[in-house]
Amino acid sequence: MFYYEKKLQYPVRVSTCNPMLAKFLIEQYGGADGELAAALRYMNQRYTIPDKVIGLLNDIAMEEFSHLEMIATMIYKLTKDATPEQMVAAGIGDHYVNHDKALFYHNAAGVPWTASYIQAKGDPIADLYEDIAAEEKARATYQWLIDISDDPDINDGLRFLREREVVHSMRFREAVEILKDEQNQKKFF
Amino acid sequence: MFTQFKYWKPFVGPFDPCKPIRVKSYSTPPQLYMNFQPPGLPQFTPQEALMAGTLWPQLYSPYPDPQKGGNPHG
Repeated sequence: MFYYEKKLQYPVRVSTCNPMLAKFLIEQYGGADGELAAALRYMNQRYTIPDKVIGLLNDIAMEEFSHLEMIATMIYKLTKDATPEQMVAAGIGDHYVNHDKALFYHNAAGVPWTASYIQAKGDPIADLYEDIAAEEKARATYQWLIDISDDPDINDGLRFLREREVVHSMRFREAVEILKDEQNQKKFF
Repeated sequence: MFTQFKYWKPFVGPFDPCKPIRVKSYSTPPQLYMNFQPPGLPQFTPQEALMAGTLWPQLYSPYPDPQKGGNPHG
């Protein structure tokens, strides 16, 4: 079960009215390497992973949901006051036609989120390697977003999220080391 | 009172980047309130019906954009 705290994990500020950024940010909302995919992947894999690392997957899944909220807030702030004409000018006329200003789980190209973005193979090492790869891809996506965004406040939030992806990647690598188990033990065969 | 559009005032944050839209609207057309359509309702003349898009005045629901100052109550 969940306890919900009515605040964001890290404050989201948007300083310039630039709805076009929302078109790019939605990649991290409903994209293959986005926060939704990450949260659902870990929250599902945690059941069949060894006990030692269940808590890790659980905690990171929760944090990814918090990141999902931050991304949603950025997108909402950028689009909520746009007129239909401004939406078209920002290149999100197709989103407006389908969803008005509602958010939706699709990537920057408008492809809806699908469960085939994620995997649960049941093999702990395979699953953790996938998780490491997912975090690195998310980190890269945040880097590309920072590269094309010129909003200092948005970039501040994106830098926080990029840093957290790095931390998650390191934690998953540690989990692999925990499961490898035999290291630094004086075992002779 | 029956209105074909409802209005609400969304939260406007002190740090919103864009000029806020203070009042937003959504459509509540007459058929929402009618359940099963009763027989024998008064009808438009054929000419009026062609312009209104419906045969029955009680179901007439124009759609102007209330954000642009159109009269949404027909």
